[in-house]
Amino acid sequence: MSDVNTAMVEKYRNNFLKEVANNVEEGEWVRMCMQCGVCSGSCPLGPHWDHPPQELFMMIRANKREEVLTSNSMWMCTSCYNCMVRCPRELPITHIMHGLAHYAKRLGIAPKEQPTNKFSQMFWNNLTKTGRVNELKLGLALYFMNGFSEGIKMSMKMRSIGQGMALTGRMAPMEIFGGHGVKDQKGFHAMLKKAEELEAARVGEHV
Amino acid sequence: MAKKEYSFYPGCSSQKGASSSNYMVSVDSMCKELDIQLNHIPDWNCCSASIGYNGGGELPRLALSARNLALSEQAHPNQDVVATCAACWLATKETKERLEHDSSMLAETNTALKEAGLELKNDKEVRHMVEVLIEDLGYEDIGKHVKKPLEGLKIAGYVGCQTNRPFGINGESFENPMYLDKLVETLGADSIPTYEKKVQCCGGALAFTEPDKSQAMIKDIIGAAYDNGADMIVTPCPVCQMNVEVYQDQINATFGTKFKMPVVYYSTLMSVAFGKSAKESALNGQVIKAKKLEEIAKK
Repeated sequence: MSDVNTAMVEKYRNNFLKEVANNVEEGEWVRMCMQCGVCSGSCPLGPHWDHPPQELFMMIRANKREEVLTSNSMWMCTSCYNCMVRCPRELPITHIMHGLAHYAKRLGIAPKEQPTNKFSQMFWNNLTKTGRVNELKLGLALYFMNGFSEGIKMSMKMRSIGQGMALTGRMAPMEIFGGHGVKDQKGFHAMLKKAEELEAARVGEHV
Repeated sequence: MAKKEYSFYPGCSSQKGASSSNYMVSVDSMCKELDIQLNHIPDWNCCSASIGYNGGGELPRLALSARNLALSEQAHPNQDVVATCAACWLATKETKERLEHDSSMLAETNTALKEAGLELKNDKEVRHMVEVLIEDLGYEDIGKHVKKPLEGLKIAGYVGCQTNRPFGINGESFENPMYLDKLVETLGADSIPTYEKKVQCCGGALAFTEPDKSQAMIKDIIGAAYDNGADMIVTPCPVCQMNVEVYQDQINATFGTKFKMPVVYYSTLMSVAFGKSAKESALNGQVIKAKKLEEIAKK
């Protein structure tokens, strides 16, 4: 368990709802949930969630901290925003799901082998490297994220799709040697570094 | 009519050799015909889309879009920001609204931006290209540019998620938006206003990480288009376009279907209807060829 996680457990003890309200993006909205279940019924991947949003909200109130934060559930969010536009209380549910996932990750207790957890971190690393996404490197990183032999298998399976994209000019093999990026690398990275510092302080101030 | 100018945010997938570079080609042809000038935001960066939430967290993610907005304010004051990619539009508009409602977050964002020598006033409108077409031009005006009506084509308007929710197009419903259908009719083709999978999620970025679950949804999106007698699917979103087009062989292998359904952008249809060549309409960017559009473009 990470130090931040231990500190948070100490600080909030029996009030996980307060911890979420103070530290999770848009988390203060969880209090507004009236348990109608429209979000759970509207989710395109609903049947695959261990705990759909409505259930997660009740579990937060019931102090089921570890069950919520180590859950596979919010990593199933496709960002379709169906739950959000249908919620009668207008909770920003999509953002709360992203917020819970990110918070679990920040505390070091998110399921590490969860594929969306792995891929979304790769996506972030990829885009922040030069300021723009390198689709070719991202695709290769995805295929090889479960090791070399899995990667070869995936590459074979996806070969015809890659060929289709390359033949239509929608994938450039030369991207492997660099590719697109912003010109002001220095300013871009300095800005992100500052934003990350401020973000860490924002979460840290509630410890 | 006077030239219309916008501060344009093209986004990563629009770049040369990227997955929706064909979208950009047809958007350029479409805009040329409609006398729309897109001024690219200088040195723009990735918006981190929706999937960036994990690595990024709130402020770093907002800072990305804030940098683009600040660069736009600097280079193109008085011009609305316009995006063609659904995720770019959503992330940028979300940032604008979040910072409007949270002054301490805006202050912290500006502290970060200062490191890049920038400052955000946050006074820009952030719009999708579809809004420009509908609100600034209108169906009637667009219709006047049609030189080759897409007669005899039946087209399923697949709106998807992020051009529809949470913001959507003004005056449209989340459950049954009609703008793609109206656009299809304007271009002389037959629309399918009751297409059941119009706003069904394709899986988005989870098509990469949860392929089985996503492809089951994509199968229904394509299947419903066939059931309605569609010749092709049209969409405003790069992720929708790619997900629905490129996995059809894998879906056929899994489900025993025989799908070969072209999936095009609204700008592809418009370019062809405006009399542009197959190349200008980026028909060479179709992994599943839109043969009926190629025939019209050749006429």
